[in-house]
Amino acid sequence: MVDSKQQWKAWLYLLPALILLAVFTVYPIINTVRISILEGYKPLAAIGGERYPLGIGNFTKVISYKGFTTCLTNTLLLCVLTVPISCFLALLVSVCLNSINRLGKVLQTIYFLPYVTNTIAIGMVFAMMFNIVGLKQVNVAEYLSTGGQYTIYNIYTDVNGEKWGFVAQSWGIINNLLQLFGINPVNWINSGGNINGGSSTYVANIAVMVVYIVWNALPFKILILLGGLQSVNKQYYDAAKIDGTSRVRTFWRITVPLLSPMLAYVIITGFIGGFKEYSSIVGIFGEGMGPSGNGSLQTIVGYIYDALKTDSYGTASAASLILFGIILIVTLINLYVSSKKVHY
Amino acid sequence: MKVVLKNLTKIFQSRNGNGKEVIAVNNFDFEIPDGKLIGLLGPSGCGKSTTLFMISGLLKQSSGQIFFGDDDVTNLPAEKRGVGLVFQNYALYPHMTVKQNIMFPLQNQKMPKAEIMQRVVEAAKLVQIDELLDRKPSELSGGQQQRVAIARALVKSPNVLLLDEPLSNLDARLRLQTREEIRRIQRDTNVTTIFVTHDQEEAMSISDLIVVMKLGVVQQIDEPQKVYDNPVNLFVAKFLGTPPINVFRGKIENKTLYIGDEKIMKFDHDDQEVYVGIRPEGFIVNDKGVLSTKFVSREVMGRDSSVVSKSDASETPIIRSIVDSDKVINPDENGMVHFDIKPNKIFVFNRETEERLLSGVNTKNAEEAPVAETPVEETVTTEEIPEVVDASEAPVEAPKKTTTKKTTTKKTVAKKTTKNAEEEK
Ligand SMILES: Nc1ncnc2c1ncn2[C@@H]1O[C@H](COP(=O)(O)OP(=O)(O)OP(=O)(O)O)[C@@H](O)[C@H]1O
Ligand SMILES: [Mg+2]
Repeated sequence: MVDSKQQWKAWLYLLPALILLAVFTVYPIINTVRISILEGYKPLAAIGGERYPLGIGNFTKVISYKGFTTCLTNTLLLCVLTVPISCFLALLVSVCLNSINRLGKVLQTIYFLPYVTNTIAIGMVFAMMFNIVGLKQVNVAEYLSTGGQYTIYNIYTDVNGEKWGFVAQSWGIINNLLQLFGINPVNWINSGGNINGGSSTYVANIAVMVVYIVWNALPFKILILLGGLQSVNKQYYDAAKIDGTSRVRTFWRITVPLLSPMLAYVIITGFIGGFKEYSSIVGIFGEGMGPSGNGSLQTIVGYIYDALKTDSYGTASAASLILFGIILIVTLINLYVSSKKVHY
Repeated sequence: MKVVLKNLTKIFQSRNGNGKEVIAVNNFDFEIPDGKLIGLLGPSGCGKSTTLFMISGLLKQSSGQIFFGDDDVTNLPAEKRGVGLVFQNYALYPHMTVKQNIMFPLQNQKMPKAEIMQRVVEAAKLVQIDELLDRKPSELSGGQQQRVAIARALVKSPNVLLLDEPLSNLDARLRLQTREEIRRIQRDTNVTTIFVTHDQEEAMSISDLIVVMKLGVVQQIDEPQKVYDNPVNLFVAKFLGTPPINVFRGKIENKTLYIGDEKIMKFDHDDQEVYVGIRPEGFIVNDKGVLSTKFVSREVMGRDSSVVSKSDASETPIIRSIVDSDKVINPDENGMVHFDIKPNKIFVFNRETEERLLSGVNTKNAEEAPVAETPVEETVTTEEIPEVVDASEAPVEAPKKTTTKKTTTKKTVAKKTTKNAEEEK
């Protein structure tokens, strides 16, 4: 126990950290709340001394904004798709890693690499992998006679009566793999060509994002689950073996329940991360965040940044608080469910 | 079901490749009769758990064979051997209730629900935990957890029940109580049981046969009382008995056994340096007794009391002898007390090999010699002492098992010594 006379010393030592926390965490939070309830807040004018009326105008503006529903659905969809997939895969990988003796440490490092690599850099690599370069003009008759097997787009007839069209070209490894199996290259990420009007489909965009987010989320989850697995008493498995328990049953009846605290943690943080998805989308699709209109991958955080860019601090703050509310509710639901299912 | 171990050996290779290997179990050769409770006894690290895990199939033996009844199970995986194993720390699944824990092995066998429930209740009744079925393991006392673990092992009607130091986590009272319970359950179910412990008292009190191990080598296998009365070497003698045996340095000269300079008794054996072990209850206070030690104190513990004394010839710092509480002890003018020794409580061991020496047996043909086993009568008058030479003169032939055991032990020990010598280089 610290002597009460000595307590001021303790506080003194804590002061640098406390000041940083106050300036960069506490104050911004309070300020966000303040700004969100000031109607029509403009930062420059506010510095100039302008006063704003209190109200919920910012919130109604955010909610009634047409694009906000898109942001919400995108965010929710990404969460709902990626969290279960990544958690399950992480569980699978960590169980496998845990049972490997020799290369375990090396593989662990490899699996951890995505975690320490820059999001934007990875995004650019993904953009490369899913890339589609453009369209090559072909003579339809000639193309077909030489065994061409891909879809010919935008066929037209020239003055000589010859039919011409366009075939998709790709150097992205994903499309090349598809082509290996004779499947048409897909415009995954709204890059190049003007197949179907030039933009990629929403499904393709989401698919890319799901692959990316899952892959990117794996290392952290594997790390946590592997740690959990390694702390499970091996005798439970010996006991199960003696009792003739099949591998599958051992996994579901023993491994999963014993790991449930870590699983709950990984799921909750997964949802929180999913709701904040933004930079990865920018990394792959650029600042446009996918094709404009229906295919857009705009998310809530993206919306907040856009609002900041246009000086709409009020709506940005309101949207942040709405996001906070959503995350809070989802986390509470998670905690409630896990209190029933998790065995500590 | 009887369990036969043939030359069972386990060698652990070193992990970092420095070539040093651990022989955890060395040539374990034994037939465990059907329906008996075997106590596997030895100090920490002597290979008890390793033996148990090999029998259960969790560890693969380096060489040797295991039979259950007439079936060779040497290469059968653990799940096919049908053994019940109770782990040292029980390994109850913490997320399941007691009922689910006990049910678990049966559910693996895809047994109909009604039958499962019936057997669970039966097993729970047997170990008297039927009140606790809906609790989680964390809500049970150590003794209750242990009984749940036994129920889980018993519920599938195992061929063999293996218990790895199941009582080591319990307090003294509970330990006493549960070991009786294990005995009762074993009698009720009549399942062949191997019980690992490093507590000699525990092993002695509930086992039909005890196996004493040291550094992976079986030292002696026999009924508890026989091992106590007739240890094959100094290690076994020291390991069994509370308070422990008193060990003296002595010698044999002209067919007479000496402790220090004192003539103890006739002992028909080659001249050599020896260790002499005397059980605490083997001392008889007699002012003209053959052995004198320096009196230190007397500790009274109800019916008996122990006389604590010292001697230069003693290996142990103090000598503890148990005498009747009402016996008057009068140390002489030099503060010495004198004892006669009950001949069946004194054991002589070669100083080098620490093997038991028997009177009337020459070292050269020791291996063919019969070993005495039945103790002479408990009451020995002091006058008789000098005449009676050794327990081995009792005209009873030893059971074959002890004899053969003794030979194998001898050989392995000899091997060990050379090995140790190599290692020291
Ligand atoms: N996996 C292993 N690798 C290497 N050596 C081992 C391994 N397991 C056990 N040993 C060694 O084998 C010997 C016997 O171990 P074992 O666990 O059978 O002892 P024990 O008699 O059960 O002891 P305790 O009473 O302490 O439980 C010990 O020297 C131990 O260090
Ligand atoms: Mg052990």
